[in-house]
Amino acid sequence: MDVAVLAKAFAIGIGGIGPALAIGKIGAKAMESIGRNPEAAGKILVPMLLAAAFAEAIAIYALVIAFGIK
Amino acid sequence: MSAVSEEQVIIQDETAAQEAAATADQGAEGNTEEVSHEITLFAEPIFHIGSFTVTNTLLNSWVVVIGLVVLAVLIGKKVKKVPSKVQGVAEMIINKSLELADTVTSDRKKTLKIFPIVFALFLFILLNNWLGMFPGVGSIGFIESHEGAKTFVPYFRGGTADFNTTFALALFTVIGSNVFGVITVGVMKYLNKFINYKGIAEIPRKVLKEPTILVVNPIKFFVGIIEIIGEIAKVASLSFRLFGNIFAGEVLLASIAVIFAFALPIPFMFLEIIVGLIQALIFSMLTLVYFSVASTAEEH
Repeated sequence: MDVAVLAKAFAIGIGGIGPALAIGKIGAKAMESIGRNPEAAGKILVPMLLAAAFAEAIAIYALVIAFGIK
Repeated sequence: MSAVSEEQVIIQDETAAQEAAATADQGAEGNTEEVSHEITLFAEPIFHIGSFTVTNTLLNSWVVVIGLVVLAVLIGKKVKKVPSKVQGVAEMIINKSLELADTVTSDRKKTLKIFPIVFALFLFILLNNWLGMFPGVGSIGFIESHEGAKTFVPYFRGGTADFNTTFALALFTVIGSNVFGVITVGVMKYLNKFINYKGIAEIPRKVLKEPTILVVNPIKFFVGIIEIIGEIAKVASLSFRLFGNIFAGEVLLASIAVIFAFALPIPFMFLEIIVGLIQALIFSMLTLVYFSVASTAEEH
């Protein structure tokens, strides 16, 4: 069993857990606040996308490491 | 005895299979060459100007720059008081973007100072991201022989799918924000943010009135030093975020096309269009935030 393949799989597999949870939480809070105040939906959208992109960046770091492993 | 002979037979079979495979490989290389179409992490060089290597991502960036310059000149030349349709659309876009930037800086004058760089970065990154999916980019190329293996090298490739481009943009943003801070606030005040000498100088003066300052100000000094590491982290995060998103999108599209090339990639191309827009927006908003934060004077 080639260790490099296993290493790549673990790198992206474990690295994706945290960001997935984070983005889920961000989306949930955004939905909740839109439900409380439907008029603010436009104002909430851009900060939510910003926060989601920050959280996703961590998963991207893990992906780049997975690509980098030979 | 039979077990040993079985093992011998198995070993002989294995070596025979290996030899057969070797000759089959040689036969394959002789008749139908396998051209490797894998996506490489590094950009492939196309030609050399002297000792300067021009890669396919660099060619793409040049195309984007020329396109942007042509667009700007065309729109800017015919600016009239009663706007034409094209000018009206451009004015609407710029107005909306100025309003969006105002929510970050909360000061129209500061926005007007920073806006040209931020909008230029946004357009450059957006067009580079989208051009990576243009028909012809990544599919038209030539075949290069390397140590016996043949690889397909496309003439054009998405500019931001190369770490060099995103690293250059991130370096430019972080160094630019620091330079902008120095220009706006002044050298000594800006240096105070990192090496908090004013805090240390205040200790002997105020220690009798507020004794807590003996503990708080060294902590502030240390925090300032850590901010320097924060700047380096900004470069890394900006560059890797953009590179990772766009490169992963390229790999995703290539993998989906291998599975079934005809209708299946369409939703993924939509995803790539949206991701390209969002990543350009994020990069330029972050640039705006860094420039804006660098140019605010310290409170108290």
